[in-house]
Amino acid sequence: MANRSNIPTPEELPSLPRDEDGPVFREPWEAQAFAMTLKLYDGGHFTWPEWAECLALEITDAQDSGDPDLGDTYYLHWLKALERIVMQKGLLSEGDLVRRKNAWDKAAHATPHGEPILLPADG
Amino acid sequence: MSTEHDHSHLSDTDLRVRALESLLTEKGLVDPAALDEIVDKYENKVGPRNGAQVVARAWVDPDFKKWLLEDGTAAIDSLGYTGTQGADMVVLENTSTVHNVTVCTLCSCYPWSVLGLPPAWYKSFPYRARLVKEPRAVLQEFGVELADSVEVRVWDSTAELRYLVLPERPAGTEGMTEYQLVDIVTRNSMIGTEKVAMPAGDA
Repeated sequence: MANRSNIPTPEELPSLPRDEDGPVFREPWEAQAFAMTLKLYDGGHFTWPEWAECLALEITDAQDSGDPDLGDTYYLHWLKALERIVMQKGLLSEGDLVRRKNAWDKAAHATPHGEPILLPADG
Repeated sequence: MSTEHDHSHLSDTDLRVRALESLLTEKGLVDPAALDEIVDKYENKVGPRNGAQVVARAWVDPDFKKWLLEDGTAAIDSLGYTGTQGADMVVLENTSTVHNVTVCTLCSCYPWSVLGLPPAWYKSFPYRARLVKEPRAVLQEFGVELADSVEVRVWDSTAELRYLVLPERPAGTEGMTEYQLVDIVTRNSMIGTEKVAMPAGDA
């Protein structure tokens, strides 16, 4: 994959939360949100400058509303920016996202703890 | 993130990420295997470092090791790697006579605070299904050669219990410091699909 994709290397994304060894994800969802963004970018759905602008906007908004922005909220901003850019680019609508989120919530509540959570077929 | 016993609960953030991922997957814009590949590229070195520190400490400090095997949750907490959402950690010691290996049934509970994110193969159906049925064959494919006399134990993680394998300290590492040892402990060795090897050319 490294040879034919445009997916940036860790060195090309210096603003990511990291420790001495490289980028760090604190929870699985952070990594999922990150990977989806890189994949959509790799598929040509937006350019990297477009993404950077979208993410910067979310971070500035958050700072303006009082987020001290110490790195622990970085991927929350990332997720908001991802939702925004997929809507802007017409890949998904807000209605799609809201309906699907509710479906997952319902599925979680219907699933005994410890079992994989699956969406019903009618999704 | 609260946990309730009768049903599952996903945080608002988790729900939003799942909504995005499932919709984008259905539209063919992303696919789970490609996402795993990206995450792996970023995460496989960093993720298991916490677990490696637990292992290295146990190798150099017999009291810590004893505590770790008796009460994994508390011993691991003492190093600051919490965040297991209420689940208990059980540490399984690999020895010359017992080889432990773990598998996960893919619920949302995973010991990522010590092991990082699961690799793609760990989440794959063939690994999960076959490891239980023919663990020796699967281990051999990973390059783990075990004598017939070695007992293989397969441990299936649940919501309440997650496992960390304490691999055998390789011979020839007696002179290494705890700090140096951290670097030779691999993610797979803490899942049980690899043995820790002496670093090559590092005499």
